[in-house]
Amino acid sequence: MAEKKSLRHEFTKGIVEENPVLRLVLGTCPTLAVSTSVSSAIGMGIAATIVLVCSNIVISALRKVIPSKVRIPAYIVIIASFVTMIQLLFKAYVPALDSALGVYLPLIVVNCIILGRAEAFASKNTVIASALDGIGMGFGFTAALFLISTVREILGSGTFLAGIKDLLAVFGDFSFNGFKIPFISENPMIIFVLAPGGFFVFGIMIALSNRIAGKKGKKKAELRGCEACPMAKSCSMVGSCDENKEEAQA
Amino acid sequence: MTKLLLSVLMTAILTNNFVLAKFLGICPFLGVSKKLKTAAGMSLAVIFVMVLATAVTYPINKYLLVNNGLEYLQTIVFILVIAALVQLVEIVLKKYMKPLYNALGIYLPLITTNCAVLGVVLLNVDNGYNFAMSMVNSLGGGLGFMLAMIMFAGVRERMESCDIPKALQGLPITLIAASLTSVSFLGFTGVVESIFG
Repeated sequence: MAEKKSLRHEFTKGIVEENPVLRLVLGTCPTLAVSTSVSSAIGMGIAATIVLVCSNIVISALRKVIPSKVRIPAYIVIIASFVTMIQLLFKAYVPALDSALGVYLPLIVVNCIILGRAEAFASKNTVIASALDGIGMGFGFTAALFLISTVREILGSGTFLAGIKDLLAVFGDFSFNGFKIPFISENPMIIFVLAPGGFFVFGIMIALSNRIAGKKGKKKAELRGCEACPMAKSCSMVGSCDENKEEAQA
Repeated sequence: MTKLLLSVLMTAILTNNFVLAKFLGICPFLGVSKKLKTAAGMSLAVIFVMVLATAVTYPINKYLLVNNGLEYLQTIVFILVIAALVQLVEIVLKKYMKPLYNALGIYLPLITTNCAVLGVVLLNVDNGYNFAMSMVNSLGGGLGFMLAMIMFAGVRERMESCDIPKALQGLPITLIAASLTSVSFLGFTGVVESIFG
C-alpha cells in the first residue's frame, strides 16, 4: 500500500507541487519561445514529455551499468538519440508543427528539465518510478506551457487553439481549427506574441504561483544558483556560480 | 560580401538578439546577471565557446555528415562535440593560459548545457550559411548576448534599491524587467534592413 501511494506521489508531484516551469523554474527557454500559440505549446509539451519518459526509463534501467564518471555524456547521448527520433517522427507526421517549433525541437536536448530529472531522479530510482516521474513532470511542463500560451494567444492574436489542425493531422483530417475571440481578434495586442510579452506573462504567472504557494506556506519559486543547475553534481566548480556565496567570500 | 557579413552581424546583435528575441540562453541571462562583473565574464565565455563551436562543427557537418547523408545525426554529434570541446578548452586554459582561465574558467562547465551554443550551431545549418557567415553569425550572437547581459545587469543593479511590491519580489520583477529591456530591442526592427537592404 505504502509503495502504491509513493508511486502515485512520483506521478502527481510534477504537476503542481514541483511543477518544473512554475515552481522549479527549469526549461525557461522553450517555455518562452514556443508559448506564442497554444497548439505549438502543446506540440512542444508532447515532444518533451515523450523524450523525458523514454530517457528516464532507459537511464534508470542502465543506472547500474553507466560508470558515474562518464554519466553526463552518457545521459546526453541517450537524450539526444530520443530527440532525434522525435525530430524524425515530427518531420514525417506533423511537418507544419515541426516547422513551427523550428530550432527549439532539437534544443530539447539541452532542456534543463530532462537532464535534471535524469541526474536527480532516474539515476537513483527504479524504472517504474522513473517512468511515472517522467510522465508527471512532462504533464506539469505541458500544463504550464498551456496556461502561458493561452494567455499569450488570446491577448496577442485573438484566437484560441489556432493551427490545432496541424497537430490533429496525425489522427485524420479535421475541419476544426480553433476559435476566434470576438473583439480581440480584430484588435489583437501583438506585443503579447512578441518577445516582451513572453517575459511579461511568464513573470506574472510566477508571481501568481508564488502567491498561491505562499498561502499554503510553501517556498517561493526562485532561481537557486548552483542548487538548481542539473550539472551541479558533476560540476567541479560547485558554489562558484552561486553569486551569494561569492559575495560572502569576497 | 562584406556588406552581407555586416548585415548578418548586425542582425544577430540587434534585431535577432539571441536572448531578447530568440529566448536562447535565458538561464544564464536570469541567473548570472546580478552583478556586472559576473555578467561580463559569463558573456565573454559564451562568445568564446560559440565561435569555437561553430569553427569546429562547420567542417564536421559539411565534410562528414552531409557528404555521407548523415544529416539526421546533427543533434547528437553537435551536442557531443560541444561537450567535448568545452572540457578540452577548460583543460587547455587551465594548463597554458592561467589568467584567461581565472577569468572565464568558472563559467565554462555551465556552457555545455547552454542552449545558445547548440542553438547558434543549429541555426547556422538551418539558414544554410557558409563558413564566413556562420562565424560572423556566432560572433554576432555572442556579442548580442553580451550586450543584453550587460544592459540587464545594469537594470538589475538599479532595481536592488527599489521598493518592489511583495508579490513581485525576486523572479517575477526580474522577468518583467527583462520584458521591458526586450521592448527596447523591438526598436531595432527594420533598422538593419534599411541600412543594408
